[in-house]
Amino acid sequence: MSQDFILETRNLVKAFKGFTAVDDVNLKIERGAIHALIGPNGAGKTTVFNLLTKYLTPTDGSLLYNGRDITAMKPAAIARAGIVRSFQISAVFPHLSVLENVRVALQSREGNSFHFWKPVKVLDRLNDRAMELLADVGLADFASARTLDLPYGRKRALEIATTLALEPELMLLDEPTQGMGHEDVEVVADLIKRVSAGRTILMVEHNLQVVSRLADRITVLQRGAVLTEGDYATVSADPRVREAYLGVAADEPAAPQSRPASVEALAPEARA
Amino acid sequence: MNDKKLYLALFILALAAPAVLYPVFLMKVLCFALFACAFNLLLGFAGLLSFGHAAFLGTGGYVTGYLMINAGLTPELGILAGTLAAGLLGAVYGKLAVRREGIYFAMVTLALAQLAFFFYLQAPFTGGEDGLQGVPRGELFGFIDLSNNLAMYYFVLAIFVFGFWLIRRTVHSPFGQVLKAIRENEPRAISLGYNVNDYKWLAFVISSALAGLAGSTKTLVFQLASLNDVHWHLSGEVVLMTLVGGMGTLLGPLVGAGAIVTIQNYLSGGELGNYIHIILGAIFVVCVLAFRSGIVGQFQKMLKQNF
Repeated sequence: MSQDFILETRNLVKAFKGFTAVDDVNLKIERGAIHALIGPNGAGKTTVFNLLTKYLTPTDGSLLYNGRDITAMKPAAIARAGIVRSFQISAVFPHLSVLENVRVALQSREGNSFHFWKPVKVLDRLNDRAMELLADVGLADFASARTLDLPYGRKRALEIATTLALEPELMLLDEPTQGMGHEDVEVVADLIKRVSAGRTILMVEHNLQVVSRLADRITVLQRGAVLTEGDYATVSADPRVREAYLGVAADEPAAPQSRPASVEALAPEARA
Repeated sequence: MNDKKLYLALFILALAAPAVLYPVFLMKVLCFALFACAFNLLLGFAGLLSFGHAAFLGTGGYVTGYLMINAGLTPELGILAGTLAAGLLGAVYGKLAVRREGIYFAMVTLALAQLAFFFYLQAPFTGGEDGLQGVPRGELFGFIDLSNNLAMYYFVLAIFVFGFWLIRRTVHSPFGQVLKAIRENEPRAISLGYNVNDYKWLAFVISSALAGLAGSTKTLVFQLASLNDVHWHLSGEVVLMTLVGGMGTLLGPLVGAGAIVTIQNYLSGGELGNYIHIILGAIFVVCVLAFRSGIVGQFQKMLKQNF
């Protein structure tokens, strides 16, 4: 098997005083895929995210990005290398305009960000590109609005536009549809599908409908460790996953007719 | 461009002001206004509360004073030297302080400023408790005699306009955009690839250099550099000026400095002189509780509601 992995974690461990939040996690993210990280509350999903982007330092283990060890890199450097993350709470700059939000991301590659003696007008040449990105996420009409005044779903869309401005190879989305109404969820899910073309996405997501629709591959975390991994059909049929989520016993009938045969091979101890 | 008209009107007002008001009072206001504007660049536009800005004002003052007395520099060179010295100190202090956030940032700046205070108290060239007295104002560019208060006033006004222009430019620059982004959401700014500490550091250096410029100018005006200029009282006073005037607005610190200096001057002459700190404290409390956005911020809100 010679698959192309954009990101790999090897024996990743994060221990907080006396509590191991992430325990020996080996992830392999295939290039070009949408990979979802799911699991019940407290499973360590966000901690894994923070480790991948170096907002937390791993206690042990290593991270490989395009085959290169990035375990020692700083968060801003990771972003410049092409791994850009979003946050659980919508991460926008509330008192900048919608256009400025995207522009400040485009600006990071301009090399003039320390120029305090230049007028802000020099950034106007980025406006066209910023408008394109806003149009991509359906926000073109709101370009001059103050970001604070946007409804929540639009803020998430803006966040995705801002992330796209960096043209990341790997996008990490932390619960992109969290706290959204049904319609917004649809819109954002469509958007994620659309922007996934030509890049890799790793997302933490609670909404299993979104996961089933988008994800090519799913890793289930429980108590900081990988419980199982596979496509949606495989994972959703795994009795341990049902147990982890719902607390129901593994021997409850789990729609066996929809269960692919391969699940036995993937999770031999499931029936033990 | 409403802004430009407003600035022009204020400038004309400032040119005419010595006809009605005592020039030394006006110069005092301008020096503190520049100090507060420099401080506000950090607090209002980068979200960094420095509690040790007096160190930079005082350093500017002492360096300028010492060189004017002992090296016979012309005033413009004396001020330049003081400004550079403050900027250099800011570069060192800033490097240490930006590694911490919030209250810890404030505490680090306070501790470093206290270090500077005790240095100036002990160092042989500062005159200790007496300070540096009788600093000559000298002749600007070698031919404008600054001992004339009116000439000195216009020189101070020119310095203030330069400082204000530089701050305004910094706020409305590519660098200013990044600063605002950091103020608004630091983790997000990091995730966009910005090394936020480097940006905070540069803002700190610009701010401390301009605070030094204010201190150097003040020393020439009053022909005195003293421990009051490096005392933590002054670091607190500049917070007060900025909050009363309106932090994060360009004109707020100017208005705040004008208000506080006026109140101080008015009270210190009269019988309420002993209560000056109580009165300023009360103003501070009222401002923080009722007018969070300060005088200028409140004014802008009213304009927005009515038009």
